[in-house]
Amino acid sequence: MNVLVYLIPVSLFLGGIGLALFFWTLRSNQYEDPDGDAQRILSDRWDDVPPE
Amino acid sequence: MAAPVSACPACIAAPLAEERAGNGAGSGYAGDGREAQRIILSLPAIHCAACIAGVEAGLSRQPGVRQARVNLTLKRVTIEADPGTSPKALAEYLTGLGYEAYELDPSQISAQGLDKRGRDLLMRLGVAGFAMMNVMLLSISVWSGATDATRDLFHWVSAAIALPAIAFSGQVFFRSAWSALRVGRLNMDVPISLAILLAAGLSLYETAQSGENAYFDAALSLTFFLLAGRYLDHRTRAIARSAAEELAALEVPRATRLTESGEEVVPVAELLPGDRVRVVPGARVPVDGVVVEGESELDRALITGESDPVFAGPEAQVTAGEVNLTGPLVVRVQAAGQNTVLHRLAELVALSENARNRYTSLADRAAQIYAPLVHVLALVAGIGWYIATGDARLSIGIAVAVLIITCPCALGLAVPAVTTAASGRLFRKGVLLKSPTAIERLAEATDVVFDKTGTLTLGNPRPDDLAGVDPQALAVARALAQASAHPLGRALAAAIAGVGVKPAPVTEISELPGHGVRGLWKGQEVRLGRAEWLGAEPGARTATWLDLGGSLTAFTFTDALRPGAAEAVAALRDLGLGVKLLSGDAPGAVERIAGELGITDWQAGVLPEDKARIVQEMGAAGARVLMVGDGLNDTAALAAAHVSLSPASALEATRVVSDMVLLGASLAPLGEAVWLARRATGRIKENFGIAAAYNAVAVPVALAGLATPLAAALAMSASSITVSLNSLRLLWEDRK
Repeated sequence: MNVLVYLIPVSLFLGGIGLALFFWTLRSNQYEDPDGDAQRILSDRWDDVPPE
Repeated sequence: MAAPVSACPACIAAPLAEERAGNGAGSGYAGDGREAQRIILSLPAIHCAACIAGVEAGLSRQPGVRQARVNLTLKRVTIEADPGTSPKALAEYLTGLGYEAYELDPSQISAQGLDKRGRDLLMRLGVAGFAMMNVMLLSISVWSGATDATRDLFHWVSAAIALPAIAFSGQVFFRSAWSALRVGRLNMDVPISLAILLAAGLSLYETAQSGENAYFDAALSLTFFLLAGRYLDHRTRAIARSAAEELAALEVPRATRLTESGEEVVPVAELLPGDRVRVVPGARVPVDGVVVEGESELDRALITGESDPVFAGPEAQVTAGEVNLTGPLVVRVQAAGQNTVLHRLAELVALSENARNRYTSLADRAAQIYAPLVHVLALVAGIGWYIATGDARLSIGIAVAVLIITCPCALGLAVPAVTTAASGRLFRKGVLLKSPTAIERLAEATDVVFDKTGTLTLGNPRPDDLAGVDPQALAVARALAQASAHPLGRALAAAIAGVGVKPAPVTEISELPGHGVRGLWKGQEVRLGRAEWLGAEPGARTATWLDLGGSLTAFTFTDALRPGAAEAVAALRDLGLGVKLLSGDAPGAVERIAGELGITDWQAGVLPEDKARIVQEMGAAGARVLMVGDGLNDTAALAAAHVSLSPASALEATRVVSDMVLLGASLAPLGEAVWLARRATGRIKENFGIAAAYNAVAVPVALAGLATPLAAALAMSASSITVSLNSLRLLWEDRK
């Protein structure tokens, strides 16, 4: 059962990365315009982050 | 930054301009450091990637525009521009490019649509979900047979994840429960908070005692599912609120003030009594006041329900909300903004809205029965087991298990999931729900009361049959009518053109605002206008008169039915609702419309107070009235009704008191709205049934002391998922 000593922290760490990324997407307004984002990937013009 | 690969140079130029503007350096027009002006335009027709690029690129080529960003979800574009840039010019420019655009009042729109509370809920939901999944993994190992030190380790790791997560995510429930308890009330959040806290506390105690059963996963899944319900609920309201805000923001309240030095355009809020404002034909009168210059006709349909325009000359009293039809007027302000008759009436109505606020939703009624029941049950279980066994630890454990199992996961999801599905579907049909309980109240409606002018009709009259009229008179009438800006004149000219009569050669045409049009034809004076002006006897119907060298001809008008009115009335009848028509207009006009729609129960010449009284009497007699109206004369009745609806063309004051707003021009969605509301309410009750059925099985098990954490987790997830799926059926169900 010694393998648990690494595996539990590893799984928590990986999950934590996911959570951190979720926070980041939330803070940088990435859920403000879901319909627009779905369409914007079809446009080939340079389009950076949404303005604050 | 990589250069984009693009075949279209303009596509690159636009974002580059944005970037320069963003840096504020090296740019000719953005570098002066002046505060940017925020302009918001509504783009109702925008739908594709090409539209986004077209609008943003087009706008950034306009002088003064620093940055433009389209939000496709809200169908809006937010523009940062130099101060003094005209929003109207930008809207016209976009409309010219083929993207229909309307100016919105930025002060009415909450900052950038940023939804703080929604984001907060989403973050707590994310944390709860993350913690739930991790703890569930550890719990599965325990359930599948981990023992002794391994089980204790897993429990401790679970505790380390669960406790902070609950402390963060559960705050939503704890706060609401605390504020209810402080004033001595019970709400749904009290049993929820109690179950979450007790489950976490008991699990911690068990873990410290190396016990077998820990409920960390149950506490977290409770938090997660209930937060999901809370988020859905919030989202539905946020969408409705932003749509309602947009409707209000469409009417940018500005007025043209006349000063010593000329004219200036100012917000209505800045006007003071004594100021003089100019009201051009076609515009809405922004203030209460007295006409000092000019003559015109006013359309008062929205204020009184009369469909005939009224003459207004110097010394005439005008009220905010009336529409100026023909000539420019100068009005001396007596009251503006909050002090106008319009506003005061709207406020009175808002005050008298008690009946509506007293309505208890199904969810609240369920909570009122449910919350005490659960607490008593858990307490009885705990005391019963203590008396029977004398083992405090065991009996507390069982009481907590009862609380967790009965906790209203399914109940917390049952209502929000259904309302989200139903209001989403109604919104796509063009019905905006403003009140959270509107669906339930609409489902209960037994009678519908319609207003006529502007509701069942469009409020723009069409001439009656022209076949019997002398062609020469028609030709002269067309020549005169097409020179007029008056809606009746325009409608007449279009109708005569429609029967193929060419205009007669009338010369020296001049319009006398408020009276009519005159000209010379074959050397004699010809006139088209109001009956009083031509010396004719005004009849009961809306009419304009033609004076052809002494012989008078009347052209009568009928207000065209709103599209979908007939379908709506038929559909409501099929659903078993009684249909009634109450109008402030003359009997002739009302009878005709009632006849066309097959409404037998109608009354004409009804005063605003009488409308409200009739609706109240119907309510007192046991009917649940759905009131549909658009004018200020309907607001009291709208507020008195069980549930109310107004078209988007209604006055803002009227829309404010309505539970629902019809966004399109057609009334047709009305039938479907009632049908869907009934289905949705049925679904909510079904969901309560499902939740009750789960409890009926699970509670005896918990009372018997047989509930394991695994059983609790299964019961909770299964009931929540069944309830959500049952609600989603609303989205694709068809009307039979």
